[in-house]
Amino acid sequence: MVTLFGIPSQVLFGQLLLGLINGSFYALLSLGLAVIFGMLNVINFAHGALYMIGAFVAWLLLTKLGLGYWWALGLAPLAVGLLGVVLEKTMLSRLYKLDHLYGLLLTFGLALILEGALRHQYGVSGQPYPIPDLLKGGQNLGFMFLPNYRGWVVVASLVACLGTWYAIERTRLGAYLRAATENPVLVQAFGLNVPVMITATYGFGVALAGLAGVLAAPIYQVNPLMGSNLIIIVFAVVVIGGMGSILGAIVTGLGLGLLEGLTKVFYPEASNIVVFVVMAIVLLIKPAGLFGRER
Amino acid sequence: MPDTVMTRPAATGTGAAMLEISDLHAFYGESHVLHGVSLEVRQGEVVTLLGRNGAGKTTTMRSIMGIVGKRTGSIRFQGKELIGMTQHRIPRLGIGYVPEERGIFASLSVDENLILPPVVKSGGMTIEQIYTLFPNLKGRGSTQGTRLSGGEQQMLAIARILRTGATLILLDEPTEGLAPVIIEQIAVAVRKLKQRGFTIVLVEQNFRFAATIADRHYVMEEGHVVDMIPNDQLAQNMDKLHTYLGV
Repeated sequence: MVTLFGIPSQVLFGQLLLGLINGSFYALLSLGLAVIFGMLNVINFAHGALYMIGAFVAWLLLTKLGLGYWWALGLAPLAVGLLGVVLEKTMLSRLYKLDHLYGLLLTFGLALILEGALRHQYGVSGQPYPIPDLLKGGQNLGFMFLPNYRGWVVVASLVACLGTWYAIERTRLGAYLRAATENPVLVQAFGLNVPVMITATYGFGVALAGLAGVLAAPIYQVNPLMGSNLIIIVFAVVVIGGMGSILGAIVTGLGLGLLEGLTKVFYPEASNIVVFVVMAIVLLIKPAGLFGRER
Repeated sequence: MPDTVMTRPAATGTGAAMLEISDLHAFYGESHVLHGVSLEVRQGEVVTLLGRNGAGKTTTMRSIMGIVGKRTGSIRFQGKELIGMTQHRIPRLGIGYVPEERGIFASLSVDENLILPPVVKSGGMTIEQIYTLFPNLKGRGSTQGTRLSGGEQQMLAIARILRTGATLILLDEPTEGLAPVIIEQIAVAVRKLKQRGFTIVLVEQNFRFAATIADRHYVMEEGHVVDMIPNDQLAQNMDKLHTYLGV
């Protein structure tokens, strides 16, 4: 048995993998939050609930329509995105002229409604969701055992995150988005339909959350509280990385996941709070976040 | 008491009326900012809005683009009524806006800034033609937009409108805060644009610059137009202008 720093390598790398997986979810969710905050100036408290809806859509597709994981991977984010578009168009957009606090309160209320409705329907014990056949089993890498599905989660999240980063920083559409984030009045004065851009951004941001929900379904139980457990840590991640920074959200999410994993190995008592300790330190030293720009 | 426009035939630009503003009132929230502005711009003309700070010149520009709070009255562009139109459709009729603050985006490169405003009409300038007009912008494509100097940012702000095919250009204080050498460069560019047939509404406090380019000057004071002076009568009206502008 190989040991590193006195810890068996299986344990160390196992925890690091767990940390990387958690980090992947942190990254995906904080990316959506960052994109939404950058464009809409709204702290989307409903983000965790919409992640949970993504998982539930996957579960419902399977149990009611017999549509498996690969269908869910495409349809669930679409469904959540559409729900986001409806929420933005009918409710959120009315609050833009007011204090940001109202947007926060609205999304918080929406989260409670969504979670409450599903809790009423399905209770809090989770629904199981099977790992797709293609991704069952794992690889023995010598220093650790890598379950295929876990590896897939990390890869898929990375692809989604980097794809989003590329779309925003390197494409024409992304340029429209960045410009509208900076000066929406002027962008509209050039003839671009900014309200539509805003709606699409919210829809896309929550679709990312829905995607995370599908990825999470086979790992965690599909239950109405899965989002609220996760969302507090994700907020801490966004604060640390810097609101409105795409790269910051990705790097911070993965990094903090790894940090949590390492903490679990060497000092498990602190593993629940290590993210918040880092957040406190960052707020004291660089309040705009590690990658943030002063707003 | 609303002032009427003194319509004397312009020295140049005898084309059809491109922009007609009648009795425009504008409000920022509760604040009544424009009190019945009326003016007209014919195709191919360069017309300036002169006046002191707070006279309502920029507000008039913003009213045309629809980015002011509430407006009453009439603003017609090539016969189409702009008040009541969905805001983002107005530039698509062929009106380009170069705001006072220039509005170069920090999160975009120079290239991205240049191609941001969508093409609204055919006949816009090509990138090559733009670089010929503004050689300072050539080769700066990947630089962050706000890293350019003030004068270069002003050129970029004008250049990106020229690409869109807009035929009416609203230029708000293009020379503000710029060195005389740069002002001259911009003046040369604006004169070339006039030669190419663009119609330009120019807000300027620097009326020496305005006099070298414009066909007619509207003077604004406290939210309405108080006078109109054709450029060839500028010399005789200097005293009057000094009173209006408080110089």
